[in-house]
Amino acid sequence: MNNRDRKSTTASEASDSPSQQARGERRRRTDVSFFIVMGGISSCFILLIVLLLLADLRFASLAEFKAALFKPEIQFAFQLTILSCTVAALLSIWVATPLGYLLSRYRFPGRTLIDTIVDIPIVLPPLVLGLSLLILFHQPFFGWEIEAWMRDTVGFPITYRWPAVVLAQFSVACAFAVRTMRVTFDQIDPRAEEVARTLGCTRGQAFLQIAFPQAWRGMIAATTIAWARALGEFGPILVFAGATRMRTEVLSTTVFLELSIGNLDAAVAVSLLMVAMAVLVLVVLRLLGTGLTS
Amino acid sequence: MIEIKDLSLRAGEFRLDHLSFTIQSGQYAVLMGKTGRGKTTILEAICGLRRVEAGQILIHGQEVTDWLPADREVGYVPQDLALFPTFTVRGHLEFALRLRKWSQTRIDRRTDELAHQLGIQHLLDRKIVGLSGGESQRVALGRALSFYPSVLLLDEPLSALDADTRNEMQELLKSLTELHDVTTLHITHNQEEAKALADCSYTLVISSLNPS
Repeated sequence: MNNRDRKSTTASEASDSPSQQARGERRRRTDVSFFIVMGGISSCFILLIVLLLLADLRFASLAEFKAALFKPEIQFAFQLTILSCTVAALLSIWVATPLGYLLSRYRFPGRTLIDTIVDIPIVLPPLVLGLSLLILFHQPFFGWEIEAWMRDTVGFPITYRWPAVVLAQFSVACAFAVRTMRVTFDQIDPRAEEVARTLGCTRGQAFLQIAFPQAWRGMIAATTIAWARALGEFGPILVFAGATRMRTEVLSTTVFLELSIGNLDAAVAVSLLMVAMAVLVLVVLRLLGTGLTS
Repeated sequence: MIEIKDLSLRAGEFRLDHLSFTIQSGQYAVLMGKTGRGKTTILEAICGLRRVEAGQILIHGQEVTDWLPADREVGYVPQDLALFPTFTVRGHLEFALRLRKWSQTRIDRRTDELAHQLGIQHLLDRKIVGLSGGESQRVALGRALSFYPSVLLLDEPLSALDADTRNEMQELLKSLTELHDVTTLHITHNQEEAKALADCSYTLVISSLNPS
């Protein structure tokens, strides 16, 4: 502000013609205030996150961290988390690739509706999603119930077991994977696929031979994002799979269970473990350099 | 032979009605007209990438109006070339032949022959990233001609090239299309280019084609 005021005064004193003024002296405009204001506001958020992590680190002692990680319940939760997140992420990419491709390439009736439906798990409150899953599986449709059918006919009950964990994680993770795959295919020029079709490809061959090989970075990014979302999943798992130790306990449930019995040290130790896993995911995404992390 | 009979097309705001023209077998036809008159749209309709509203498209007497692009056996070189980013130059030349399930020896023979004709033998194992404008153009042309199409469609193939390269490519187009005996439809807005290449030329005035 000061600079600008000073400049305008000098200019009016020296001459009315800007060109004459420009010749006479060094210009003194500055961008410093811009960077101070923008940087100042931005750094508030960065500082908050860094302080959060530092506080966690300071709170936990190495001995407690080790003790917590050697508890059999937490080891079980760690294994179940890795497994369920991986299965949910693989299922997500399997669904997200075709869905992302369709949404990116085609304009069809109901496309906006489908686009909105895909986003529902992202905006739905997590507990509501869990409750909805529970209701879906136990609601009789003309006397036929999914859970009963899965348990009695297929022999693979879902609710309150590990498949419920995977399904709850998948419901949310897949939505994020679809978003990522859609952006991926949006960035791939459809012209190459069109030319491939004039050369003798069906749409399927053009997808598999031209679009698919270009999408691998996006697919790894989508899988990683899905995995990270699955890792953070808590609400739907609590409602749909329960929080039974050594059965349906994942790391996010562990934090909740340890907190609820007042074991703050173990809760923080597990939190730090999850922070480390999340950071690892971010590093993988950065290394891929997909530009999809933002 | 390409026959367009009473064709109507629409692309967004733009529309083209009652278009008819014929290009005899083996002829090199040049289609001229200002930007935005729908020249590209006509090419896309002929190769099957754009749905037509009414009318017929015949290739060598066979009506192909509702055929899939893959079934039409039309070589298409779009203005943006649309090369395949994950393929090598050889991959481009082999692509259509692999889809037609040619034997490897036949594919190799054809690829070598094409590379020789196009002067890109030294580029065969390169990825397309870093190819010059003229080189990319040759790859796109080779890809379109590889499977001996009966019809070749070229969308402003020389517009992005410098003057020297353009003259070179012009010669190459002339000789290659004669060698392959392919019916060619070439879009341009360059008069000299049209004069140098065309057996016959058309100018696209609003919604109709006038022989010029």
